[in-house]
Amino acid sequence: MAVTADIDGAARRRFRIGTRALPYLLSLPALLVCIGILIPFFTAVYYSLQRYRLSQPWAREMNWGETYWQLLTDPSFWNTLQVSLAYTFFAVGLQLVLGLGIALLLQERTRLNNVVSIMLLLPLMTAPALAALMWKLMTNPNFGILSYFVTLLGVEDFRWASSPETALMTVVLVDVWVYTPFIMILLLAGLRSLPRQPFEAAALDGVPRSFVFLRITLPMLMPYILTAVLFRLLEAIQQFDIIYAMTQGGPGNTLMVFQVEAYLNFFQSTNVARSAALLLILWAITFAISNVFIKNWLRLRERARGEI
Amino acid sequence: MDHASRLERILRGIAIAAMVLFFMFPIFWILLMSFQTNETILRNPPSMAFAPTLSNYAALLTGRLDTAAGTLDIDFMQNLKNSVILSVFSVAVALLLGVPAAYAFARHKFRGSEDIAFTLLSFRFAPPLLVVLPLALYFQDIGLADTYIGLIWVYQLICLPLILWIVRGYFEDISPDVEYAYRIAGHSWFATFRRIALPLAGPGIAAAGLLAFIFAWNNFVFALVLGSADKQPVTVGALAFVTASGIQYGQIAAAVVLSIAPTLALAIYAQRYLVEGLSLGAVKG
Repeated sequence: MAVTADIDGAARRRFRIGTRALPYLLSLPALLVCIGILIPFFTAVYYSLQRYRLSQPWAREMNWGETYWQLLTDPSFWNTLQVSLAYTFFAVGLQLVLGLGIALLLQERTRLNNVVSIMLLLPLMTAPALAALMWKLMTNPNFGILSYFVTLLGVEDFRWASSPETALMTVVLVDVWVYTPFIMILLLAGLRSLPRQPFEAAALDGVPRSFVFLRITLPMLMPYILTAVLFRLLEAIQQFDIIYAMTQGGPGNTLMVFQVEAYLNFFQSTNVARSAALLLILWAITFAISNVFIKNWLRLRERARGEI
Repeated sequence: MDHASRLERILRGIAIAAMVLFFMFPIFWILLMSFQTNETILRNPPSMAFAPTLSNYAALLTGRLDTAAGTLDIDFMQNLKNSVILSVFSVAVALLLGVPAAYAFARHKFRGSEDIAFTLLSFRFAPPLLVVLPLALYFQDIGLADTYIGLIWVYQLICLPLILWIVRGYFEDISPDVEYAYRIAGHSWFATFRRIALPLAGPGIAAAGLLAFIFAWNNFVFALVLGSADKQPVTVGALAFVTASGIQYGQIAAAVVLSIAPTLALAIYAQRYLVEGLSLGAVKG
């Protein structure tokens, strides 16, 4: 044993000495990407502290946070926050319930279940912007198949994304169609990797299945659930493609989520400062969510390991 | 679980059928639509009985749309070509730069490596527009706006971190002992990397490359901000197509089918790699 350890140590040293500069050289692209992200990030911070409209370059000057103050006192900002949170809550909530249900249904490795899980991969591989376009065609008032089904149910003049009452529901539906498979895949991988002993013991003791689900399956699956939900929360609160492709934030400002609002501020009202401030507030929210989650996730993982 | 009653089996069957219907129906319906003329699409009530036609695809291929108002020239094939160029080159560049970098991250703990890893991780979920909007202004200044090179550069923001994370995980799972032994036998660093490390991490590299390709293909916002009509991929092009073609619904459907076909085909062909990459990227990322 000692001999192998020695050789190993010598190899390690030689491995390092011969190639001291190499790791730096190899990681250069990653470093460049970092710089490529950090420069625009700090530029955005700088813009957000100015009065800066592309249409009025002469009026450009530092105003040190006035943009943020204007945002916080503007009802349209609170609308943006509210719509983003509602979208995130409904989309991720539905996806979690459906994704968990489907993962439980497909848990056993049968041929049928494998074929079905491949089929479910397809919506996830569809570009969200194109998925929105597909659903836009399906809900078209003239020929859309879903509009037709709704009239069969006796509902007249159901206008899906063009009506303020149902617009949020429609885009959430598209989000659920695209991203439920993501949660399903992660939870299915989690379910199939759980140890068998607790389940066998519970079956031997004749424990009711609701108890098994709540007290064994769910706690052991929790790290996977949290990971999946974290990913989805962070993407959903930033959703742009589906909403922009479907309604561009309309009707009115019903679907004006953060990134759509920031995009329109930049390109339509050319208010660069406001756009940057909006995006930085969104960034702060995502940063906070990811920190909270990562802490909980680490704790849960430790607990799951300690208990078993 | 093993002693499912008959009722339960039936309920399960219904649930699975409903689920397949919900997730497959939109794709199926768009596919049907793409083989119909506008007249059969606009029939009320809708019917499955129609004489399939390839005219929509033919119109897209030639770029000439016959409408009631006359002939429109819409070059959707250019969008398709752009998607291929952008995705293929972005993934190629990301693999070329990212795989050696992932190897460096996995094998050498050097000063600054954790800082780079942390920055990439914490910005992995930053709003894409936060990075792209300021870049759009810079790109105009340095002449990279609306060029393939500029777009491929920006696509690295999604492709490179993805490849770094997944491939690094694979390298870390491989014991370095074989590589040390090969090095001691007098082989160069590069030979070790190429003959030992690369083949062992092959499945991981394939999974990462596939995922990066699909993410690049499906990306919408980068080209929306940074590209003009002749550089835009299908995701942006299809929307513009809807506006330009008006009510040519069959052709819109055909354009959607052509746009989603490559990623769906890849998904079916390589689903094992994709599932592995998605799970690993999520769990380790």
